[in-house]
Amino acid sequence: MANAGRFSIRRQTGFTLIAAFCFLWLYAPIATLIFYSFNAGTSVAIWEGFSWRWYEAAWNNEQIKEVSLRSLLIATVAATVATVAATMAALATTRKKPFRGTTAVYAAINAPLMVPEIVTAVALLITFASIKVATGYTGLGYLLAAHSAFCIPFAYLPVRARLESMDLTLERAAADLYATPWNAFRYVTLPLLWPGIIAGFMLAFVISLDDVVITEFVKSAGQDTLPTYMLGQLRRQITPEINAISTAFFLLSVLIVTLFFFLNRRKS
Amino acid sequence: MAAGQSAIEARGVTKVFQGAGQDAVKALDNVFVSIRENEFFTLLGPSGCGKTTLLRLIAGFDFPTEGEILLHGQDIAPLPPFRRPVNTVFQSYALFPHMTVGQNIGFGLEMLGRPKAEIEARVNEMLKLVRMEELRNRKTSQISGGQQQRVALARALAPAPKVLLLDEPLSALDYKLRKDMQIELKRLQHETGITFIFVTHDQEEALTMSDRIAVMSKGKILQIGSPRDIYDRPSERFVANFIGDTNFLEGEIAGTAGSEAKVKLASGAVISAGLPEGFSGKNRVTVVVRPEHAGLTAPGKKADLSGKLENIVYFGTDTHYHIMLDGGASFMIRQQNSRGGGVGHAVGEAVGVMLEDHAAQVLKD
Amino acid sequence: MASAKEFLEASERKDVRDRWLLSLPALLIIFAAALGPLLVVLLYSFMVKGDYGDVKLWQWSTEGWFSVFFQRDIFDDTVSLADAHLTILWRSVWLSFLTTLLALIFGFPTAYFIATRPEGTRDIWLFLITIPFWTNLLIRTFAMMEVIRNEGILNTVLIKIGIIDAPLQILYTDTAIMLGMLYVYLPLMVLPLYASMEKLDFRLVEAAYDLYATRLRVLWRVIIPLVKPGVIAGSILVFIPALGAYVTPRVLGGGKNMMLGNLIELQFGQGRNWPLGAALSITLMAIVMVAMLVYVRQASKGTGSHG
Repeated sequence: MANAGRFSIRRQTGFTLIAAFCFLWLYAPIATLIFYSFNAGTSVAIWEGFSWRWYEAAWNNEQIKEVSLRSLLIATVAATVATVAATMAALATTRKKPFRGTTAVYAAINAPLMVPEIVTAVALLITFASIKVATGYTGLGYLLAAHSAFCIPFAYLPVRARLESMDLTLERAAADLYATPWNAFRYVTLPLLWPGIIAGFMLAFVISLDDVVITEFVKSAGQDTLPTYMLGQLRRQITPEINAISTAFFLLSVLIVTLFFFLNRRKS
Repeated sequence: MAAGQSAIEARGVTKVFQGAGQDAVKALDNVFVSIRENEFFTLLGPSGCGKTTLLRLIAGFDFPTEGEILLHGQDIAPLPPFRRPVNTVFQSYALFPHMTVGQNIGFGLEMLGRPKAEIEARVNEMLKLVRMEELRNRKTSQISGGQQQRVALARALAPAPKVLLLDEPLSALDYKLRKDMQIELKRLQHETGITFIFVTHDQEEALTMSDRIAVMSKGKILQIGSPRDIYDRPSERFVANFIGDTNFLEGEIAGTAGSEAKVKLASGAVISAGLPEGFSGKNRVTVVVRPEHAGLTAPGKKADLSGKLENIVYFGTDTHYHIMLDGGASFMIRQQNSRGGGVGHAVGEAVGVMLEDHAAQVLKD
Repeated sequence: MASAKEFLEASERKDVRDRWLLSLPALLIIFAAALGPLLVVLLYSFMVKGDYGDVKLWQWSTEGWFSVFFQRDIFDDTVSLADAHLTILWRSVWLSFLTTLLALIFGFPTAYFIATRPEGTRDIWLFLITIPFWTNLLIRTFAMMEVIRNEGILNTVLIKIGIIDAPLQILYTDTAIMLGMLYVYLPLMVLPLYASMEKLDFRLVEAAYDLYATRLRVLWRVIIPLVKPGVIAGSILVFIPALGAYVTPRVLGGGKNMMLGNLIELQFGQGRNWPLGAALSITLMAIVMVAMLVYVRQASKGTGSHG
């Protein structure tokens, strides 16, 4: 280092070492998991050579295919519903001077973040159980509703942030130039809001995709998603097949988060 | 008042902003003003005086708490902003960042549902008007502040509004550019024949560009008049103080004749001063004299006032003489410098002050 | 002149109505599938438990709440403290506390490290912290499980290099749960810490050095007090989910080392005691709400003092 020996204002003894350890701590387990997904043997600890066999196994596993598709379906629907609802709510609660009830709406939208997942999960379990008995309906609707609900605060966050950083005079300028409220929204607000909406959708999508606890409690028989399927598998003999699925899943999350990261970066 | 005479008329307009808690702010207090067709009208005042609020009421972004605003004699209260034939140049320009220069300028006409060909022609016309033909396809973030200002102007002018509102549009520009734009704005107003209502806190800007000025303070219009009227015959202390430098002299009315009065000052000197419209006829008054409307005379010569020279400050274009008048008031004289000119005065010497005709003016308050 | 006023009021009423309508879908969904059911939980906690799970509707009892803390002897009906529940409650709080403490010890230097990087590269480091955060919790827990298993990579390596002879039993212990939670929730500590460190004015640090402070004193007397809001935010953001953790103790703690979340699940599963489960849920939520309240108050105090 060029600065070696010179006094640095910012340095704190040992901090860099601990930070290095932290990054190692965060990535080593995942790295190990990915590494052993390529193991030719059936162990997740003893390396027996490189192979794609577990990826093939996972790919040919009909059950994994089924739960993966269900996960994607639920995430797509829930994230879409949540993003639309959250965007509307964000439009109502930002910018203009707060109306009576702004705080209440804001609190309600963020409430799912405050409640421990397990509590929401059992609450939905007992509520939906009664509804299932009363109506006889046992379809995916329950999971979709639950996922939409806990995705809303995540979709709301970036949309709200984007709206708050948006110059209010732009809409005023549009109105001044004969744009009706709808036209002002369509030609000015919406195009400028779009990055926030996409970011909100992506967050909601990842959150829905990742959920284990609520899904585990709400799902009816035969409605496993990828995470609940994996949770079930962990009780049995563990083979690198789980590693392979996890790796694929991990890469999907990384992809979405990376997109999100760059979208945010371009914005600022 | 017959319709057609005034482009915009405010009748008893009051705007109260309900603040947090119980405190309400009266941004406009029973304002009456009539702005003529084809006029360059300026609302001048310090920040918080209500000038921008009045502009927003005309544009339709806010509604008056009381009173009405007429456009060509018609009450525009029920019209939302997008139905008012009035366009605004915003202080921050508020150019749409996701559109090109051309799209910005054409936006109003597009919203009005005009045919494409007409929009196209009009956009070109506007670009030519503000001399920006070659920048049509640029994004608004890729052009300079001065250019953004022109685009904002062109955008507001494109739909050919009856009235153009300008909310401190030059405040973000540097000094040189601001000077250029002042001339440019005046030219545009002349060429388009549209009524301009211009809001500013810059007295110089107001004086150089306006046909008429309304000076505002604390939600009230204090004086309306031509720049010369406002400068030479301020009617209130605030107006005199806000625009230019002024000497204030306290005195008593010794007699009036028409719009002229004799005022006896503390030193015993009597000067003649103009009376403002609607003068209340009170006895103790304040008289104002602009520093350049008075001159120094040598001691012993005939003079309106006399005193002692306390300080001389050289300003390049002119020189300021600070005088302590007999009777205890301070007085300042501004004299333009000329090559080799200027009688040598020295600090501490006794001097006389000559007032030009109609230099003194009695204030209402 | 009344017309102007009426017009103003009418347009304001319309605006408020429009904004309620816009908020309505989000509110409905959240009420139907998040907040409403919580009320059901509250009601159920005061009902008589059913014979096969469920509850006897509209038959009220405080038995559920009673058995959160106490138990009746099956034979002579004597009342004693519910040791099993209290142990689990204590374990939850204790493990969450330890996790928070460790996360702070490791997270603080890490956040500081990121905050002192050159402006351009900070984003990248931060991104590296966020990636695990957005990765599936189950996958991360599973990754940790593979590392600490008896035949996992940790034990294999330790035996290979001769530090130990027999594998350490870490999996299915409290230590495993804590390590797992530390792994899973560490980003939640680093992110708010970084947020407040990023705003740290290093001229203050310079001033402290100028006034003869040593490195350690600068840390204690200047840096830590200035980033205290971040420390509190991070601690609460780790403590709250740790307290309600379900997946991590289930996977890493085996069946025996339960935390509150697992105890709650048990009541709705094999335990078949819904009122007790409901009462436990409300208890957990109450603790979380108190922690939340501390956080909110601290946060508003923090912004207040800065302007």
